[in-house]
Amino acid sequence: MAGVDAKRAARQRSGERYFHTATLAAALIVLALLGGVAVSLVHGAWPALSHFRLGFLTREVWNPVTDQFGALAPIYGTLMTSLLAMLLAVPIGFGVAVFLTELCPGWLRRPVGTAIELLAAVPSIIFGIWGLFVLAPILQRHVQPWLIEHAGVLPGIGRLFQGPPFGIGVLTAGLVLAIMVLPFIAAVMRDVFETVPDVLKESGYALGATTWEVIWQVIVPYSRVGMVGGIMLGLGRALGETMAVTFVIGNAHRVSASLLAPGTTISASIANEFTEAVGDLYTSSLIALGVLLFLITFTVIALARFLLLRLDRRALSNV
Amino acid sequence: MSRRRVRKVGNAVALLLSAVATLIGLACLGAILWTLISRGVSGLSIALFTQMTPPPGSQGGLLNAIYGSVVMTVVGILIGAPVGILAGTYLAEYGSASRLSSIVRFVNDVLLSAPSIIVGLFVYEVLVLRMGHFSAIAGAVALAIIAIPVTVRTTEDMLRLVPQGMKDASTALGAYPWRTITSIAYPAARSGIVTGLLLAVARVSGETAPLLFTALNNQFWSKDLGAPMANLPVVIFQFALSPYKDWQQLAWSGALLITFAILVLSVIARLIVSALPGGKARR
Repeated sequence: MAGVDAKRAARQRSGERYFHTATLAAALIVLALLGGVAVSLVHGAWPALSHFRLGFLTREVWNPVTDQFGALAPIYGTLMTSLLAMLLAVPIGFGVAVFLTELCPGWLRRPVGTAIELLAAVPSIIFGIWGLFVLAPILQRHVQPWLIEHAGVLPGIGRLFQGPPFGIGVLTAGLVLAIMVLPFIAAVMRDVFETVPDVLKESGYALGATTWEVIWQVIVPYSRVGMVGGIMLGLGRALGETMAVTFVIGNAHRVSASLLAPGTTISASIANEFTEAVGDLYTSSLIALGVLLFLITFTVIALARFLLLRLDRRALSNV
Repeated sequence: MSRRRVRKVGNAVALLLSAVATLIGLACLGAILWTLISRGVSGLSIALFTQMTPPPGSQGGLLNAIYGSVVMTVVGILIGAPVGILAGTYLAEYGSASRLSSIVRFVNDVLLSAPSIIVGLFVYEVLVLRMGHFSAIAGAVALAIIAIPVTVRTTEDMLRLVPQGMKDASTALGAYPWRTITSIAYPAARSGIVTGLLLAVARVSGETAPLLFTALNNQFWSKDLGAPMANLPVVIFQFALSPYKDWQQLAWSGALLITFAILVLSVIARLIVSALPGGKARR
């Protein structure tokens, strides 16, 4: 009898050892993934990086025939489309969050919140074909001609709105991106707003403040860090988004002053050209673009997560 | 205008704008769903589920693409889920306050938002180049890498919802931690963990970028995991950008299928979570 019990105890002990090791190994795999991504990308990009050196960052040329590659146009496109997306999505996302937390009647809160979250679940390729077949023609026919006629003649910013209305281009990509990141920004801001203690808001109201004054002078200052974190998280999405942009950007490797002109982004260049790339330097240059994207998005996302760290993790479980 | 009036008007304008912002968000969702339905429904037919993707200019279906998407999603989840669940278990139960855990948690959060095309490049570098050709298994691994962070996150959150008293009771009976976790914590957190898996499935099944240069595409029926395999997202990508009307119609029908499958999964996941005690009751 005693022998059986000892065996059982031994089995339990070794079970503990195996299980503990397995969970630890899995946790280490998560770490290794990030490290592996960094190492393998740099390895793949090395031929291009050592060949073009820093000039890779500053040259606009992208010519597979002569094997000359520079990342300026994709970098510019990535930053410009993301900037446009944030200019639109941040105020709208803020509005949605304000509506959901302060304005919305209780019975409407859940359905509207869920609808906004479902917008985040729609795959990015759907935004892409919608942008190409629905949004781009509307812009081309109605919005862009108006912009060219009225905004294109303004001094200074007029240059942004000149040229023919292609429909697809940097502006369209920025718009589609804005719609894509809107639910992320709105969801994080809502979660952050909900962490504001009721007592603070009630003190504001007790002093006679209007709803808007409470929002702007109590809720926003209290949740500033979290809001910036949410915005950065949205920015990280926008910078790395691939399919939605690939459809509507036009894939032209040049830096145009006009927002209406076709351009390209880092991710769109990779998606469009990677499988067709012949020659080691071409492939390697595309992977080098991937390294740049990795560096940019990693910095932005890490910063965002750092800012959001102090929030209750469960408050943000769906982003 | 008196100062009081200015404040009241300002308040009304600001609140009106926030309602307008919400309407804009809802209108975008509505517009996208409406486009999918109006363009996709006319292409829905039995042939969609029984025939292969056609050459340009002829009739066909999406059978091989649907099959490929299901296979790669399932294999991807089978690879990713154990890793994700075990890592989540480590974070919640073993190393909950350790320095390693906070690093893993942080890295996991970064991976959660990392661009999926980077994952595609990574798998291309480590698998496709080594094997010398595109393959379904490479696609599945790429999807697994995207599924892992989602699973880690939800598993940890759900295990933390299990009352400490239950775990303590098991420990008091002399159970080792692994016994407590597998016999007490996992069953108690089961529906939450399943929800996490559903969310992971929803997340990966629409992913296109990581499949472009891992699984690639295949116009024909293939069950070989070692060979390129058709899948809905890449087929939608190629067909939508093609000049052929038949192909574009198939792309819209495929887009409709995939979007509604994902939305249904997401809604089910949300329903399960909201039924959990201490879940998202606040919403």
